[in-house]
This record gives sequence, structure tokens and C-alpha cells, in this order.
Amino acid sequence: MEVRGDEYLAEIRFNNSNIACGEAAIVAGLKFFAGYPITPTSRLFEYLTEELPKHGGIAIQCEDEIASINAIIGASWAGAKSMTTTSGPGFSLMLESIGFAIMTETPIVIVYVMRTGPSTGYATGTGQGDVMQARWGSHGPYELVVYAPSSAQESFDLTIKAFNVSELLRIPVIVLTDAILAHTRERYIWRDRSELKIIDRKKPKVPPEKYKPFEPDPEDLVPPMAIYGEGYATFAESLVHDERGYYEPTSEVYRKLIWRLHEKVWLKKKYIVEADTYYVDDAEILIVSYGSLARVALAYIREMRRKGIKIGLFKPKSLWPLDDEKLRYATRKAKKVIVVEMNNGQLYREIDRLLKNKEVIFRPIFKVDLPTPDEFEEVVQECL
Amino acid sequence: MSLEHKHPLDVFIKIDRLPHRFCPGCGVATTLNIFLHAIKELVDEGKLDPKKLVVVSGIGCTGRVSGYLKFDGAHTPHGRPIPFAMGVKLANPELKVVVISGDGDIVGIGGNHLIHAARRNMDITVIMVNNFIYAMTGGQVAPTTPQKVYTTTTPYGNPEPPFNVVRLVASIGANYLARWAITHPFQLKNSIKKAILREGFSFIEVISTCTERFGRRVGIGDPVKLYNKLKAIAKIRKVSPFEAKYNWDEEITCGEFIDEEKPGFIQMYFNMVKKELGDRT
Repeated sequence: MEVRGDEYLAEIRFNNSNIACGEAAIVAGLKFFAGYPITPTSRLFEYLTEELPKHGGIAIQCEDEIASINAIIGASWAGAKSMTTTSGPGFSLMLESIGFAIMTETPIVIVYVMRTGPSTGYATGTGQGDVMQARWGSHGPYELVVYAPSSAQESFDLTIKAFNVSELLRIPVIVLTDAILAHTRERYIWRDRSELKIIDRKKPKVPPEKYKPFEPDPEDLVPPMAIYGEGYATFAESLVHDERGYYEPTSEVYRKLIWRLHEKVWLKKKYIVEADTYYVDDAEILIVSYGSLARVALAYIREMRRKGIKIGLFKPKSLWPLDDEKLRYATRKAKKVIVVEMNNGQLYREIDRLLKNKEVIFRPIFKVDLPTPDEFEEVVQECL
Repeated sequence: MSLEHKHPLDVFIKIDRLPHRFCPGCGVATTLNIFLHAIKELVDEGKLDPKKLVVVSGIGCTGRVSGYLKFDGAHTPHGRPIPFAMGVKLANPELKVVVISGDGDIVGIGGNHLIHAARRNMDITVIMVNNFIYAMTGGQVAPTTPQKVYTTTTPYGNPEPPFNVVRLVASIGANYLARWAITHPFQLKNSIKKAILREGFSFIEVISTCTERFGRRVGIGDPVKLYNKLKAIAKIRKVSPFEAKYNWDEEITCGEFIDEEKPGFIQMYFNMVKKELGDRT
């Protein structure tokens, strides 16, 4: 552990994923937070209302999730790194404005703690039922990035990355955790800003009279972002718009805009994707699991390895986009790929699509709490 | 033919976007004109830096206003300009943030945001242009449509009584509350100037004309006749906001109803944080 004066650059902490996300957000430079109370994410909300003012920021409670997301989009245009947090019911309300952030290319981060759904479901129970909604929930064609940590450490690291990706690409980025992570206290390493690579959005290099709010940098297709109050007369247009930000409902303008909004993400795919593999070198059976469930999967796989079964784990940490290269590498000796999720086969569809020549099996686990490794075995056993 | 930059308000307008989309006789364009005159005077008086002005609109006819302006701004999803404006203001309290949007946007789909912004005494100005109808979508009933009026979604007449928005906002609280019609350009201009400089929440309702979607439905499709109708019913009175009438057949009471200087949200928030944290902020 390095020490600079009396300030630690890194230290071991012990807390849950909610707090790890909050601490990471502050390290990443969070300056504005708006939220609405919802289980199981309220602890993160409460933490930021207390801590953010100590770091020169502001955190408020809104009348609903719709107000929260629009407030953070507004704050981002005013120059603040912004974030909200919610769970399934709240995210359903935010969906329209996810599209607003996409269309106006607004960097924001959403920590989305999954609980048992549909509807009110079971507020303190866990689930993985929102994997598709997180990616596709808003209307219209678009790209965004979703990370899924499986521990407090990954929650910290991926929240930092979420801010970096959102600032780099001017897109909303979602950190998709779950109720188990939100309530599990464990050890993780906190790192200071100087120990990490922190990315801030690109500023315009041209004077205001030459500035076009949506004129992309040809290098990465991301337009430099002027913020409010700097004299650029910049404009967040939710309608189909050209590079000047003017409403232009023609196929030519629309096509150009939509392709660019997709391509800017695809261009950075190598940087975005995150995945871990365990025991895959000789694995004839590959389990795919993510989030808190991946830890149960790993415990089960270690038990199976002791029994001599050649089984491995692919744990995606970015669900959208997925690290398909690593997935294909992990499955090169696998005869069977078993996707285990606490839902009705949401990431399974994506894995099956990516692995055309493999047998991909889906096994659901419907529980309101985390299964034990024995329960995991019961679910998987018949497929081996 | 190229447009020459001659009009004194041209500096605030994206000239290359003209002509605008507002119908002949539309009161939104009048409101835009009056708003820009107010801004020009504030700038000339040295009370406002136009670089620090942010104009936010939602969806609808009035929602198009911000897109014509050469200020920082946004065209948000339907009903959401108020929370967007709140985020802007809280992230950078130096900015003056004005919401210009329609009645459907502000008290229809966005009604919840209006009442909470008013309750918080949030430091923004909301200018709500009331044309009595959802005009851009083709003339459906609005929460401001007079009772019994035929619209495309009330083909047998509107069974609902409308919001009297002055009473609504007054019952929650605001630092500044006024209602004018587009037939009161000077009062409206002075009111906008006052509202923008005011700490806390300021709200101005502008009674407007929509000849195409509303006027024709009440038998007044002619812009001049509709304007004269407004002139006849928009009466300026010095009364309590709770005595202000909203009656299409009789009177829509206009005037300044609240003019106070209570501390706004930003002052409250930062003072309370500072009291607890001292120099740690």
C-alpha cells in the first residue's frame, strides 16, 4: 500500500456493492446525483446524499425516477459527471429518457440493482430478469453498454470503467448488479483517482461560431461536447437531427446519425468488453454465468473439478456488448455450453446466437435468493 | 434571397432555421417574440449574460421554441423539461434556466414535475404557453381545455373541468406567479424579466391562441377574431390567486399573483450543507 502524506492511494475496504459503486463514482469524479428511493439500491442513494457534498457535488431526491434521469441528463449537459441508481420498477420508468440520452449523446451512469420481478415482485429478493430490458428497453435502434459485476471489487472497478466509457463515447452506461451483491459485505481494494485512468469527455477545439454540437471527430465518431454556459449555444435535440443539432426528418440524415451512434460504440468494443474465464483450457463443458450467480457457479465447478470433470466457467462482466472473442476461445474444446441464469433465458439467446456451431443449453434458476452450489448442481446435472 | 441580419433580435435566433413552423395567428410565436425582447432588455441593462442562459422545452408546438434560439438549450422528451432544467441549474447554479413549454407538457404529462419544482422553490423560471389543446398531435383534449368543448378525443364534448393553473401553483407555493395573455405583450415582457432574475421558482402562464386546433373547435377559426376574444376575456385584476378565474365564456383573470423573495432551493441546500460540513465542502 502506497502512502502519500497522510492520504492513502489505495486501501482495503469492507462493504457491499452499493457502497463500492458509490465510492467508485466519487473517485471517477461524480458531481451530480439524483434518485428516487427503491429497494435494494437505497443504501447507495443514502451514501451519496451524505458523501457527495463533501466532494464538491450535489445529490438530491426527486419526485420519481423519470425526474431523476432527466435531471442527471440536464446536469451532464451543464458539465457534471452524473449518475442515478434504481431497480427494475424504477428503470422501467426511466426507459424513455435512456433514449433521450442516447439521441443527445449524453454521458450518464446508471447503477441498476436487479431484484425479483416482474412488477413489484419481491423487493428484497434477487433476480437476473432485467438483462434484456437494460439493453433493449427504450424505443428505437440504439447501442449502449451494460456491465455486470459479481463482487464488491468488480462493482468498484466496473463503475470506474462505466464512467470512463460514458465520457469517452457520450453514451449512457449501466452497471447491472443484483440484490445479493447489494447486501453482501466483503473485502475490496479502493483506489484513488491518481492510481486509475480517469477519462473526461472531449471539449471542442473550435471557437463557438464554428462549433456544431453533433459534428463527430472523424477519429472516433464522437462529437466533442461543449457544456452549457461556455458560450457555444449548444443544443440537446431529442428529434432526428443533423450535425448542427437541427431537426431534419430525412432518411439521409437519420441513417447517418443512427449508423454513427452504433459505430462509435463498435469502434471501441475491444476497450469496452470485460470477461473472466476459469478452467477453460481443457473444459469439455462450459458454464456461462454472471453476476452473483457466477460465484455459485464457480464453487460448483471447483467441486466438479475435484471429481475430475473437465468443466469451466465463462463469466462475462460486460453483458452488452459481450466479449465474443473470449467466449469462442473459452469454448474451443467444449462439447456443451450450459447457460445458467436466474431468468427465462435472456443472455442465453445472445450466447446461442454467438456460438452457432455449439450445443448451447439453457438452465433457469427461479429463486428469490441465491442458490447454493448443491442447488446449482441439481439444475445443471441432468445436462452433463 | 438571403436574409440580412437586420432585426435587433436576430442575434438570439438561428436565422438559418427560419421560417419557423408556427401557424399564422399562433400565439407561441408571439410569446417567443416577447421572450426575446425581455432577454434583449436584460442583456442591454447588464443584468443577464446570454452565454449563461439555458432555454429548455419539452414536446409540442411550444416545445419547438428552444430549437430556434441561439442559447444553450434542450428539446427534452414530452413532459420532462422541468427535471432537466433542475439538473442543469443544480449542476451549475451560475446559469439562468428557463423552461418554455406548452400546457400539455407542463400540467398534463409533466404535472408531477411542476408541483414538485414549485414545492421545492427550485431556482428556475417556467413559462407555460396555454393554447387550451394538444395542438401538434391534432387537437386532442388537454387538462386546460374548457368543459364541453368538442375535441378529436372528446367527440361528444369534454366532460372534465380544466385546471386553473394559477390556483394550482399558488396552492403549492412559488416566489413569482403571473398570468398574461398574448394580448398583454408589455406586461408579459416585464413579467419575464422579473421572473428570470428572481431566486426560487417563478411561473408565468401565457394564454395563447391556436386557431387551427382550438379556435375552429369553438367556432373562432379566424386569428383576428380569436385574438379579440382573448382580449375580451383576459382581464387584468389585482386579486388573490385563489380568486383568479379560468372561464372561457366569462373571464380568464390575468395579472401578478405572487411576488415574494423566499430563499430558493439552492440557497437552502448549500446553506444547510455548509452548516453541517463547514469547510469540508
